[in-house]
Amino acid sequence: MNFAAPDFFPAAAEIFVAVMALAVMLSTTFARNIARSLAYALAQFTLLVTAFITIFTLDTVVINDFGGMFVHDLLGGILKLVVCFAMMIALLYGRAYLAERRLDRPEYYLLALLMMLGMMVMITANHLLPLYIGLEMMSLSLYALAAFDRDNACSTEAGMKYFVLGALASGLLLYGMSMVYGATGALELPAVAQAVAGQTANKTVLLFGLVFLVAGISFKLGVAPFHMWVPDVYQGAPTPVTLILSSAPKLAAFALALRLLAVALPGLAGHWQTMLMLVAAASIVLGNLAALVQHNIKRMLAYSGISHMGFMLLGLLSGGGGTADSTIVAYSGAMFYAIAYALMTLAAFGMVMLLSRAGFDAGEIEDFKGLNRRSPWFAVLMLFVMFSMAGIPFFIGFFAKFAVLEAVIAAGHLWLAALAVVMSLIGAFYYLRIVKLMYFDEPLDNAPISASPELQLMLSVNGVAIAALGLMPGTLLSLCRTALAASSITG
Amino acid sequence: MLSLSHYLILGAILFSIGVMGIFLNRKNLIVLLMAIELMLLAVNINFIAFSHYMNDIAGQVFVFFILAVAAAESAIGLAILIAMFRNLGTIHVDDLDSLKG
Repeated sequence: MNFAAPDFFPAAAEIFVAVMALAVMLSTTFARNIARSLAYALAQFTLLVTAFITIFTLDTVVINDFGGMFVHDLLGGILKLVVCFAMMIALLYGRAYLAERRLDRPEYYLLALLMMLGMMVMITANHLLPLYIGLEMMSLSLYALAAFDRDNACSTEAGMKYFVLGALASGLLLYGMSMVYGATGALELPAVAQAVAGQTANKTVLLFGLVFLVAGISFKLGVAPFHMWVPDVYQGAPTPVTLILSSAPKLAAFALALRLLAVALPGLAGHWQTMLMLVAAASIVLGNLAALVQHNIKRMLAYSGISHMGFMLLGLLSGGGGTADSTIVAYSGAMFYAIAYALMTLAAFGMVMLLSRAGFDAGEIEDFKGLNRRSPWFAVLMLFVMFSMAGIPFFIGFFAKFAVLEAVIAAGHLWLAALAVVMSLIGAFYYLRIVKLMYFDEPLDNAPISASPELQLMLSVNGVAIAALGLMPGTLLSLCRTALAASSITG
Repeated sequence: MLSLSHYLILGAILFSIGVMGIFLNRKNLIVLLMAIELMLLAVNINFIAFSHYMNDIAGQVFVFFILAVAAAESAIGLAILIAMFRNLGTIHVDDLDSLKG
């Protein structure tokens, strides 16, 4: 038996993150007195270099590596890049908040890097095993991060709830994977697809497994009826962790859904599309209605996230079954939505962080009252974010909604599109309520904005990007299309 | 002679007990961790049974990874449990009710 060494080059970014995570662990153990800033600097350095490596290895050629477990394609490259930037922004926003509460222990950045590694493994997985390992690596780090403020009862409770429901989701997903393995006899995603297409697989076992897979994916995306952890965890976890939790992992979960459903099981598209249709409709209705009555801003954004993930699923469920071209258009709509949502949620939680200071958490929606008096610039940025989330034209959120609705109508689900539009009109109410509070109400406290300059700068860039990308959404949308057209997904 | 479906039914029963344990258990968080563990072990039975009857070793390799992940998962779960016990002084599931809205 001979052993051929795999080509390590396509996985350079993953290997770099893994090595640097260990470097962070070791160096902060020995340099105790500067550990906090060292860990932060090393984490940002790692993410920056990873972004560069990913950019330089972007290629439309698909490379299968590590015995078919790893796939290097443009889709994975772009998603990794966005995840990388999302993590950089999230760590930057959270820096001062954590430092003021003495929470910026080196472990925070170590866990963030390990989570980054898990997401990258998941995004480039071409086999059920790395998909599962990557998912667990991301989830286990997130459980620990959610409970990071360990002297705070809310934070540990959020961590516990997230842990229990997350572990249940992993169990469901794994049970589904075992059924898929049993039905097809394969673990590589293309081999699974082949077995399904060749009719050699046991259809009953396969469909039984598919139900569990969809349930597991829905849990990880946080969509109804598997959403019960989302509001509690968003509210209880420290705000910087909520920020991480709401941005990058959603993109990774999107990659998980795409790899499992679109790459491995396109032969069952008719079945999983029906399931996702119910899930999407339920989460759009529930997310928007429940967000109306919230007074905690993190909880409100959690419900709004549930409805946004429902919208993202609209794109995902419109692909497959039709022509190859319409499939690419539908999936790229979903990918565009996921990226746009990451950008908006980063800015929204960044605003919460901006208003918080030592000893004060801007947890309530009322804390936004009169923001225009305190800082007209940030009030305008928050207005951009809220308009974009509501889907008001000429912000990125509008084009994201437009892309997925177009795909849903093209796929012939007119009722779903109508429902989504009506619910997003209702949803516009709670976004616009914040705009009203900012501009027409008296501020509750007149303390000037005292956030760190780098947070203010990055938040401005982020807010302006939401408006700028809304003026020219074509670039990003065509990038998503190219990425999906170059991947191994077919119609 | 035991057939594949016997193992699958055993796996399904164990998995259901695990899921029931999470939803019906209102008392103790440790029992909840045990239920999670049971779910993962039920999946292992599935993988090994399929692997044996299909003469394919990949399923058994998968099981080793699941075992390792399950160990890491319980470690994190117990760590969070201890942190929570220090704050609340209880590990009753019903006492986890401060986050509501």
